[in-house]
Amino acid sequence: MVTLRVPTPLRPYAGGQSQVVVAGDTVGDALASLTGQYTALQPHLFTPDGQLRQYVNLFLNDEDIRDLQGLATPLTASDRLMLVPSIAGG
Amino acid sequence: MSATMNPEVPLSHEEILRYSRHLLIPEVGLEGQKKLKAAAVLVIGTGGLGSPVALYLAAAGVGRIGLVDFDVVDESNLQRQVIHGTSGVGVLKVESARARMLDLNPDIQVDVYNEAFTSENAFRIAEPYDIIIDGTDNFPTRYLTNDLCVLTGKANVYGSIFRFDGQLSVFDARRGPCYRCLFPEPPPPGLVPSCAEGGVLGVLPGTIGTLQATEALKLILGIGEPLIGRLMLYDALSSSFDFVNLRKDPDCKVCGAHPTVTELIDYEAFCGVPGGDHDEGSAGAGWDIEPTELAKRLERGDAIRLIDVREPHELEISQIAGAELIPLGQFAARMSELDSAQDIVLFCKAGTRSARALEILAGAGFRKVKNLHGGINAWAREVDPSLPIY
Repeated sequence: MVTLRVPTPLRPYAGGQSQVVVAGDTVGDALASLTGQYTALQPHLFTPDGQLRQYVNLFLNDEDIRDLQGLATPLTASDRLMLVPSIAGG
Repeated sequence: MSATMNPEVPLSHEEILRYSRHLLIPEVGLEGQKKLKAAAVLVIGTGGLGSPVALYLAAAGVGRIGLVDFDVVDESNLQRQVIHGTSGVGVLKVESARARMLDLNPDIQVDVYNEAFTSENAFRIAEPYDIIIDGTDNFPTRYLTNDLCVLTGKANVYGSIFRFDGQLSVFDARRGPCYRCLFPEPPPPGLVPSCAEGGVLGVLPGTIGTLQATEALKLILGIGEPLIGRLMLYDALSSSFDFVNLRKDPDCKVCGAHPTVTELIDYEAFCGVPGGDHDEGSAGAGWDIEPTELAKRLERGDAIRLIDVREPHELEISQIAGAELIPLGQFAARMSELDSAQDIVLFCKAGTRSARALEILAGAGFRKVKNLHGGINAWAREVDPSLPIY
């Protein structure tokens, strides 16, 4: 089980939660667990053919999963996943 | 950094006294203060972020500061845009800001550009400045600022806010990733509400803006470790600062090995939204209804279902009698509650969220649906002045 931080813009689609505990051996499994709990998140994170959307940044601890092994990156129990949104307010 | 390479500008006795607390820090000293005086920084936007940035750069003695904004000061700005005052409501933001900065520090030069920052004027406006500070409020101007900085080899001190969340980084494509390496493409229009729609804690731009000013001063002075290749994430609610590592994307369209963006483009088309955090939404030709027209139709007894797509807590501020609440976030799931044979008018605060709800309905085949142009705020202005405007 790892914790995943949900950014403010996506919280309405995640039951208002700021942090969700998700299960999975890989980043992809953890995201599947997340979107299984909160189905409204699915279209915001993935394209219809199952690719992570380009404007969605996901960090495992302090590294971008694109710089690791993407959705196949293995997880350990103390890991922290963080969705980083594109925000534009100023 | 032509200007900052030549710190041989004299400081008067008055300036030495003014900057005494800087001169006492060995990392700044007289030499550093001269670098600040010789520096030129451009601040895009004089709103929430631009206010503390411009104030602190002026106070620190940055010799030349440019301000770009096309807006005028509005009452709803004052909860966070602390460079402006109540007496400045209705005044051009760049003029209001310049007056406050020169009152704080008459020894600096403040250049004002009372115009929208666009692909047409960006090169001209940015040319004299060493560092660009991104304090804008919309995606098109953020991509424009980034591309301009990459193409001209300038550092982009980035800050962005939403509700309780803040982001900070220094994008300098000569030494690290750019904004597009992190966000290759903008989110779809409507996913991320603007501050005018979604709100923002007033002090949040103060927190992020002062950090942007700090990064700019570090770059000018050449001290410390600038936030290049790192992104800071601030969550005011949990009082947490997180830092993540950013890497240059070798395939980046503007700073990668084989760029496809080699000149400034049409950023409004790229982002699918207008530049500027406009408070008034329209659903487009033929889909809007004006408040006075709606009032007339309701008065003569037309059967119209009024759907309020705001959040429940907004009902405490203002309401239109007879309206039903379906918040935008629940709209797709609750569409079955609506009948396409009925006349429907959607509204929100200012017409932006309801325009999005209308898109959902139009996509599902609804044709007898309208968007209240300007939202309940326009209704308050034009039909029911007993309601407050927010």
